[in-house]
Amino acid sequence: MKLKTNLLAGALVLSAVSTVAHAGAGADIVQNQCVACHAVAKPGTGDLDRLLTRKGPDLYYAGVKFNKDWLVAWLQNPTTLRQGGVLYARAVKPAPGGADTIDASLVPPHLKLSAEDAVAVADVLMGYGVNDGLVEKGAFKQAPPNAMAALLFNKLRGCASCHSGKPGAGGASGPELYTSGARLQADFVVEYIRNPQKFDPHVWMPKLDLNEADVQKLAGYLQTLKTGGAK
Amino acid sequence: MKTRTTQWLLLLAAVLGQGLAQAEEPPAHALKLYNLYCVQCHGVNRDGNGINSRDMAVKPRDHTDSKAMGDTPDDVLFKAIKGGGLAVGKSVLMPKWEGVINDDEIKEMVAYLRFVSKTTSK
Repeated sequence: MKLKTNLLAGALVLSAVSTVAHAGAGADIVQNQCVACHAVAKPGTGDLDRLLTRKGPDLYYAGVKFNKDWLVAWLQNPTTLRQGGVLYARAVKPAPGGADTIDASLVPPHLKLSAEDAVAVADVLMGYGVNDGLVEKGAFKQAPPNAMAALLFNKLRGCASCHSGKPGAGGASGPELYTSGARLQADFVVEYIRNPQKFDPHVWMPKLDLNEADVQKLAGYLQTLKTGGAK
Repeated sequence: MKTRTTQWLLLLAAVLGQGLAQAEEPPAHALKLYNLYCVQCHGVNRDGNGINSRDMAVKPRDHTDSKAMGDTPDDVLFKAIKGGGLAVGKSVLMPKWEGVINDDEIKEMVAYLRFVSKTTSK
């Protein structure tokens, strides 16, 4: 609420003073467009129905989740990160004699921003969640790439059952991870694997309680995945 | 004596009736949970053909398979959901759902599986 008030105040100041101050323009875009689908403040009710009805992923912790360069590029040229949209369960349909498929007509495209607006919006988003204590700085211990990590991801811990580690392969109910090295902060990846529901109450990613060594190896592995996607 | 028998019959009819009502329409909450957590692998048709099943090394269980489901006791289903495949000597690809849904909800899922597989508690 306080954030909202601040943003609103920022937008008012902006319109009163000038249109040159671009951080204000970013706040304006966030308040006029992004919030229609995304929560930019931690939702008061973390109940199951909110998860089932929200239109876009939450952005209230965007500042500890995304790499800013990636965000700026993606907002100008949005690619599909979640084949089934924000809630795969809304878009799946049975296919005769085989695995379910996604009804792409149920997954709306993300709007595109100009380069100028993308920078302004990314500036605002990168401020979200930085003081919420959700992600501990240094949670990722900078483990060097480990030969076991790909095996953990693809087989032993089952990550690839729901996530795609390379284009065209793996599961589809979770966001693709073949761009995760460019997209996600490693500290966030560590914290999210440890407790997905801390960020997204009731989310359909299991809380596997992996040992710390596995978590570090997987986070290190995801940092190496940078195939395609927004550049 | 006769009254007593009638009472028992009435009670039996009531229990059966309730059972039938449940069999016709599963509780909305159970349906919601299944559609959110289980459908990703077990599929819209509950037959193991979820969106994720295409590339999985072990195919998810077909919940409409009355034979296999009928042979699986409630406590094994409960353990498999709560602790994952490894807890019942099955695939690691069935994750543990403890920490996401609580014990009561897992019991709801077991009951729902009985409905889907047209089997009875064992």
